[in-house]
Amino acid sequence: MITRAHKILFLLMLLACIIMAAVLIRLRNRAQDRLQAEAAAAPPSIAEGSSVSPRAVTLYVPNDLDGSLLAVERSIALPADSNAQARVLLESLIAAFHADGSTHPMSVASGINEVYFLPVPKSPGQAADAGQMAVVDLNGALAAAQPSGIEPETLTLLAVMATLHANLPTVSQVHFLVDGQPRDTLAGHADLTRTYLASEANPEPNPVETSQ
Amino acid sequence: MRWTEAALAVVLAGATSPMQANPQAGAQTSAQTAPQPPVPSPAQSPAQSTPMPSVPAPVPPRIQPAFMVVLDAAHGGSDSGAHLKNDLQEKDVTLGLTTRLRSTLQARGIGVITTRESDANLVPLNRAETANHAKAAACLVIHATATGSGVHLYTSSLAPANPGGLQPWQTAQAAFVTQSLKLEAEIDSALAHAQVPVTLGRASVQPIDNLACPAVAVELAPLVGGHITEGREVSDAAYQKEVVDALAAALNAWRSDWKQ
Repeated sequence: MITRAHKILFLLMLLACIIMAAVLIRLRNRAQDRLQAEAAAAPPSIAEGSSVSPRAVTLYVPNDLDGSLLAVERSIALPADSNAQARVLLESLIAAFHADGSTHPMSVASGINEVYFLPVPKSPGQAADAGQMAVVDLNGALAAAQPSGIEPETLTLLAVMATLHANLPTVSQVHFLVDGQPRDTLAGHADLTRTYLASEANPEPNPVETSQ
Repeated sequence: MRWTEAALAVVLAGATSPMQANPQAGAQTSAQTAPQPPVPSPAQSPAQSTPMPSVPAPVPPRIQPAFMVVLDAAHGGSDSGAHLKNDLQEKDVTLGLTTRLRSTLQARGIGVITTRESDANLVPLNRAETANHAKAAACLVIHATATGSGVHLYTSSLAPANPGGLQPWQTAQAAFVTQSLKLEAEIDSALAHAQVPVTLGRASVQPIDNLACPAVAVELAPLVGGHITEGREVSDAAYQKEVVDALAAALNAWRSDWKQ
């Protein structure tokens, strides 16, 4: 049999539950309002980079026929953040691979997940700054679209290294991942297990093409 | 064993690999055609000769290393390599080229070891073991691709190191980079003589960095037609023969140059 005391206790607990639910809903609404206000006040994203003033950059586009890297001048709006800058640069490079009449054709127009920077430790006795290592996380779709062969794969890696080093001179080493994971080769040939020196991509002086 | 773990192993540059005690199942040797090193005269047994303690024993002639070439047909088995025109797979083209080059070299009296003679799965470590065990005078890693034009010649991107002494397995090629560049120049010259366009470069491609021999990766690409040349596919038998003949001529010339 339910006593009166039990009934009162049950009603009090029910009332407490209702009050707690009301408080939680109110807190959630406040948090949502705060996030929306922060998003509205945030700087424009990378995708909206056109609002940033354009800057002249140099992309190194390979030529499969003679194994060279051709310097191409572009004017690109780069974000302030260096990681985002590197990503925008490399996306522009891959877009150049994809363009009509490309000398290094690729079937995808984008393929960079992220670019991370790590400080390179100084070797003993080294006075100067050792620079930064860029860890380039390639998209799996890019690796799948990469033409297989020593030359085409090596040229893709060299183009990435040369473009990074030319526009972000502090980059002294480059390491590649595919979808966030280490991988043996890019498409069956070029070794991705090692860290490359940016100086290995030493494009020969050649005529600079300018395009917008 | 993962490939990267092999870095812990150490080889004596110009000598053998630490794992070469296990013979390669896929390795084939053309021993019957390989020139044999000079064999010292057999020592006479005491029963057949009169001891002459006052006369110094005859010095056996110095044994010269044989001129042996290792041919590595890239890919194989489940690793088909690049997909070429007309549903061709790179592994089949490299095997065909290697077989043809082996026959041409043998006809010139050059000893050949191949890393594979069939559609076998081989990891880079196995290929390097075979080549390093042979103490070869030249190692050619044969590839094919659908892009570019002519023949692409690649040597290791490792910085040259002094030969001799212990070399890490992962960078065994460093002691041979200078010789590899000379071999590459020899092949470049022969291909130019055959009017085949050549692209030279440095690359990091397995197993070249692990080879303790002068090593060049030879990548056959289609021949793009131009003003004076006609377009040819990598499967073109006449085109392949021109390249094979040029490679054989280069290796024949290397026979007299490789010890310098």
